[in-house]
Amino acid sequence: MTETAIEVNDLTVAYHERPVLWDVDLRVRPGALTAIVGPNGAGKTTLIKAILGLVSPAAGQIRVLGRSYREARSEVAYVPQRGSVDWDFPTSVLDVVLMGTYGSLGWIRRPGKREESRAREALEKVGMEAFAHRQISQLSGGQQQRVFLARALVQDARVYLMDEPFQGVDARTERAIVDVLRELRERGDTVVAVHHALQTVPEYFDDAVILNVRRIASGPVGEVFTEENLRVAYGGRVPFLQGVAGGASAARDSPPPPESPVDRRARPEAT
Amino acid sequence: MSIGELFSLLLFDYTLRTVALGTAALGAVAGALGCFAVLRRQSLLGDAIAHAALPGIGLAFLLTGSRATPVLVLGAALAGWIGTLFVLWIVRSSRIREDAALGIVLSVFFGVGLVILTFVQRRPTAAQAGLETFLFGQAATLLLRDVLLIASLGGAALVVLALFWKEFKLLSFDPEFGASVGLPVTRVDLLLTSLLVVAIVIGLQAVGVVLISALVVAPAAAARQWTDSLSVMVVLAGFLGALAGVAGSMVSSLGGGIPTGPTIVLVASLAVIISLCFAPRRGLMAGFLRERGTRRRLRVDAVLADLYALAAQHGEATSHAHPVAVLRAMQERRGGLERSLEALESRGLAREVRPGEWCLTKAGVERARTLFLPEVAP
Amino acid sequence: MSWIDFEIQALAIVVAVSCALPGAFLVLRRMALMSDAISHSILLGIVLAFFVVEDITHPLLILAAAATGVLTVALVEALHRTRKVKEDAAIALVFPALFSVAVILISRYAGSVHLDLDAVLLGEIAFAPFRRLELWGMDLGPRGLWMMGAILLLNLLAIVVFYKELKLSTFDAGLAAALGFSPALVHYAFMTLVSVTAVGAFDSVGSILVVALMIAPPAAAYLLTDRLPLLLVLSGALGAVSAVSGFWLARGIDASIAGSMAAMAGVTFLLALLFAPDRGVVAGVRRRARQRLEFAGVMLAIHVLNHEGGPRARAENRVEHLQEHLRWSPDFARKVVRHAQREGLIASGSGGELHLTALGREHARHRMLH
Repeated sequence: MTETAIEVNDLTVAYHERPVLWDVDLRVRPGALTAIVGPNGAGKTTLIKAILGLVSPAAGQIRVLGRSYREARSEVAYVPQRGSVDWDFPTSVLDVVLMGTYGSLGWIRRPGKREESRAREALEKVGMEAFAHRQISQLSGGQQQRVFLARALVQDARVYLMDEPFQGVDARTERAIVDVLRELRERGDTVVAVHHALQTVPEYFDDAVILNVRRIASGPVGEVFTEENLRVAYGGRVPFLQGVAGGASAARDSPPPPESPVDRRARPEAT
Repeated sequence: MSIGELFSLLLFDYTLRTVALGTAALGAVAGALGCFAVLRRQSLLGDAIAHAALPGIGLAFLLTGSRATPVLVLGAALAGWIGTLFVLWIVRSSRIREDAALGIVLSVFFGVGLVILTFVQRRPTAAQAGLETFLFGQAATLLLRDVLLIASLGGAALVVLALFWKEFKLLSFDPEFGASVGLPVTRVDLLLTSLLVVAIVIGLQAVGVVLISALVVAPAAAARQWTDSLSVMVVLAGFLGALAGVAGSMVSSLGGGIPTGPTIVLVASLAVIISLCFAPRRGLMAGFLRERGTRRRLRVDAVLADLYALAAQHGEATSHAHPVAVLRAMQERRGGLERSLEALESRGLAREVRPGEWCLTKAGVERARTLFLPEVAP
Repeated sequence: MSWIDFEIQALAIVVAVSCALPGAFLVLRRMALMSDAISHSILLGIVLAFFVVEDITHPLLILAAAATGVLTVALVEALHRTRKVKEDAAIALVFPALFSVAVILISRYAGSVHLDLDAVLLGEIAFAPFRRLELWGMDLGPRGLWMMGAILLLNLLAIVVFYKELKLSTFDAGLAAALGFSPALVHYAFMTLVSVTAVGAFDSVGSILVVALMIAPPAAAYLLTDRLPLLLVLSGALGAVSAVSGFWLARGIDASIAGSMAAMAGVTFLLALLFAPDRGVVAGVRRRARQRLEFAGVMLAIHVLNHEGGPRARAENRVEHLQEHLRWSPDFARKVVRHAQREGLIASGSGGELHLTALGREHARHRMLH
């Protein structure tokens, strides 16, 4: 295994005249769960999309598993924000999960029995096997999120990039996602997730990247989650700072996160 | 003419059979491909493509002097495609939104088309007459070789649709995820849009520039109401499109100078109205019945709760009867009290002790406890 | 130029300006295609009213047509609100259906309706001067001019009187509602205005070219200015320019006047799209090239700042390294370094490594915090 799962060098991304990411350097440890945190408009989603080659950087270089994204693509899975698709689309849960196999199938070939059994396995892992033939518009937000997670699991990747997997989900889904993340870590896979609820970072993740257009800090959560780093990132307005900085022990007592779990469609991130 | 005569005409009259085959084929192709346009919120792109095709038809005629369908269809396709690229270019390179870009391309291309048509009309050939049918369409002008052209082009488009089914589905549902697994989104998008261009230009002669877009949207919108599966939706929309095509061409072939396009559009619109109202689950009627059922259940539950509250004042006694008037006072403005009581009685939860006086049965008390007690408890 | 030419041009200008004014709000409200829907479905109102009064010049026709326009808006919204179809599909379903009914009625009773389908689509502005308005035996000029003039006045009046309400409900419907203006009321009143305008213009330029005159000039103006009053004035002016140049184009090549007007509206828009001083395509390309250099200069400064004093500073802060890490071509890297040196952001040391100047450091820090 390479010594870094994802390597980002001097990455700069700009939309029109506004820089969204400035000169970001980053190394993601393989086999670890890494959270990307930062205020709204910090460029978290953009960072994920830049790694996936979905936005073209103004400058900088990205290596995934020591290769370019194009070369490493078959070993990368992506969980986009739940609100990025139309859930009224006429398709079933199983069908969406099967989309995770499209990359390895190549042109024209259709998914067959083998792909279907893999999709069912993935659904089982997220506790959604009973919903395989359900139409996707009949799912709750948490169930939708688990379907997206299952779609990524089907990709059978080594690196998982997730954009706010915990956004607006119920407690059961949150537990299911955490279980999956831990299982992936046990297998030695790498997970990078954009995360909003600061108080759960120490509990759920090993490493963290604190981002606000540029990289404020990155490394093991215990080292990175200092009052000063968070204050720099959030501009000094971090009311729940005491609960977070200093590790997981205090996390339980902290007040709720600043973002209420609203529908993402109603409040798209400004990136 | 009776319906029976009409159908025998459809089977045995050479001209009508030809026309019906042609409109059925183009209806099927437009309906099937329209599903993707509707799902991708590009319903009005078809309108822009169709209008943008007009200058292509005119120019093709002016340049070649031929009014053979393949020549005109090629011209229409090129112009329609260029119009689409213009829409894309305007949206990408400026602050003009898609709606305005579509409106500009649609109307300006059409205007240019009208200018070109004035040149066509000045030609001293008899051929000029044909081009006007492209505005509203005249199915009667379809010849067998036109039908063959429609069927072969449309068939080819459907084959491509089937081949790249998985790619088109992914593009329509989640293009970003598609890009992350290596789907060349821009190219697949162009391919799908090109198929839509084909579906539209093969319909111009029979349905016309002005209304062909409805044949793209209406069958898809109708089919969507009946199913939650993309493949079923596409097949159903193709079927509805073909049906609308046949019905429209039959009516317009009866004479009276009714153009085919509007008739086809009305049949397809009727399919949308019926689907919206009566489709199971998604239909408005189904929704209304569901809602009424829920409301009724809630009303029955409310009466059960009131009876239970009254019974609780008497130590949950199942013998003490309460007059309907008391219950009505507790119900305030909710109606249907008698019906709710009857519903409770039929489920064995309440009984009418004396006329107009009710109390809960044992089962009713049990039911009320499980329903309401957890909320009553602190 | 004959008197008839003059009258046609006057009418063309009045039509174009009348269309452009409400069109500007349609473009801003992202409802450009409602003009397409309305201009088609008003035909049904005209036909139905004609069956009642049997007089093609009766004012009831205008009222009925405007009512159908508003009905179209209401139907689209009702359909959209069922949440069974998306808004674009709702538009694409409603107007073809209404238009089809109208076309069938016309062709079914072609003998009694003196409505020419071609005229519906193409308009007949060239004939407008022959339909005169006569009062007490006096010739007052083309009737179309009087009608469009009245509609133009109505539009001007409505926009001047309800300017605040229109502006607020266009840019911030939520705030408008909170301040007590009903956005729905403003919306329907405005759509009535659009319908009335479409009815009037329809007679001269036909249903499809109404769309060109309503959308293209305001869209062009939107590329030229951000200020609403100026946008309205420019929309009207560009509409008038399209009308007059369209007329002369038609004269020159002896083609459809309405078609030429639409074509010139398209040319006007294309010119604005390409050459608008700030938002045009050409200006954009040039700005991006300039920005790329400036941007790269600051990025270079930030890069140097980030690696300054670090263990790898000597290796990272070199021109050769920039090529590798910032994905710059050797040429571009040299160009950026030259640019940054000229701007006084950096200086190069003896070993070829780059240093920040005081100005460069300040710049880099400032840009990093936006």
